Amino acid sequence: MKQALTLLHRLSAHPDSRCWYVSWNPSGTLLASCGGDKAIRIWGREGDSWICKTVLQDGHQRTVRKVAWSPCGNYLASASFDATTCIWKKKDNDFESLTVLEGHENEVKCVAWAPSGNLLATCSRDKSVWVWEVDEEDEYECVTVVNSHTQDVKHVVWHPTEELLASASYDNNICIYREEDDDWECRATLQGHTATVWGLAFDRTGQRLASSSDDRTVKIWKEFPNEAGQGDSSWKCICTLSGYHGRTVYDIAWCRLTGALATASGDDAVRVFKEDESADPDQPVFSLAAQVTKAHDQDVNCVAWNPKEAGLLATCSDDGDFAIWRFQEEE
Amino acid sequence: MSAGSRLENANPTIFQRSGERLLTATEEDEDAHDPIDDREIFDLIRSINDPEHPLSLEDLNVVEQVRVKVDDAESSVGVEFTPTIPHCSMATLIGLSIKVKLLRSLPDRFKIDVQITPGSHASEEAVNKQLADKERVAAALENSSLLEVVNQCLTSRSM
Repeated sequence: MKQALTLLHRLSAHPDSRCWYVSWNPSGTLLASCGGDKAIRIWGREGDSWICKTVLQDGHQRTVRKVAWSPCGNYLASASFDATTCIWKKKDNDFESLTVLEGHENEVKCVAWAPSGNLLATCSRDKSVWVWEVDEEDEYECVTVVNSHTQDVKHVVWHPTEELLASASYDNNICIYREEDDDWECRATLQGHTATVWGLAFDRTGQRLASSSDDRTVKIWKEFPNEAGQGDSSWKCICTLSGYHGRTVYDIAWCRLTGALATASGDDAVRVFKEDESADPDQPVFSLAAQVTKAHDQDVNCVAWNPKEAGLLATCSDDGDFAIWRFQEEE
Repeated sequence: MSAGSRLENANPTIFQRSGERLLTATEEDEDAHDPIDDREIFDLIRSINDPEHPLSLEDLNVVEQVRVKVDDAESSVGVEFTPTIPHCSMATLIGLSIKVKLLRSLPDRFKIDVQITPGSHASEEAVNKQLADKERVAAALENSSLLEVVNQCLTSRSM
């Protein structure tokens, strides 16, 4: 197979520690990275290179596990092992700590903004998922605590357009939540993975969800309306990608521009899958379009597609680096 | 740790230690490529202290050289350890100590899998899952009191 993933840049983002996660701002001009050194760094392109614009320190006492940009791009949320989530506000070319969200009993594993920007979800090793509401005065209030998982919750992600939330857990399951009478409830539990589910990604329509797991597989789930036409729809696994990953699949990203599916694995590789357009949408077929087997020196923790520039992929690793790749399809 | 009368396994069987490793001519040759082998890994972990006895993991047969599998070319290390009793509450701590010792000693390229010897512990699956979860291991090692206990297990004892 010809190499369709080309390395553009590689930077030491969090030296002597892990780089746990990277996130593009909505306009695709800035990349935020976070890691085991408790810091968040904001990277921007200058000419042909990427430089560190600012370092956000002193916000957290322990590892910063994940970061997420608000849909407007003016706020950054950071989830930390210190059991808090920090909200940072962009001010000129710098960021100031706006508020600290407390309440989780232990490590916060993930944070995600709803498409409206009015809601924020966090999840923790304390097995709970919290939904926070943001008002116009930048005040945050917890509106719901949901305890549908029986173990450590690893990841939360919002539907691209609706107020629908998905979470992945150490209990091997995925939960889907909707608001019902001012309360958020788990409306569906997706069972199928045989080990921890680490990553989740919706496709551009939000009708399908991809999940990645310690069982070394990726699953594609699709929402089917209830047969009676009322009540909850059901989610079914319509495709399992197995045999590609040598170790845990830590993260998955579904490109809203190209439909390409990228995975980050503990076998140090980055892989990109493409869907066969001619296949039945209820029985999709994905094939490996590109892979770099030694993309990083250690585990790859995160993959993130640039939201504006098609084919631009950021990855980061336990080796402390982040890298930017170009994915080009071959005809 | 001195658990006093609360020892879970008060009279463990003590096993004979293996002798010193014999160095071969190739190993003494600084220029020769010398892949890491099972015995070298075993030497790294055999002197780890048991959390409740003044004995090493080798003395208690918790670790054995035959349960160490190294593939230097593939950069992988697998270690199985055998708790002294099937309900040992120290199993996760022992596994964590082995994992930390290897993480600190081996080059970063190595993937380290530490698991319970199949069939030797009541909560084998749960302990294995915990030890394989690098995020939870990372969080555990940021806990200073737990780190202190692990370091005690890893400190070589003057005997």
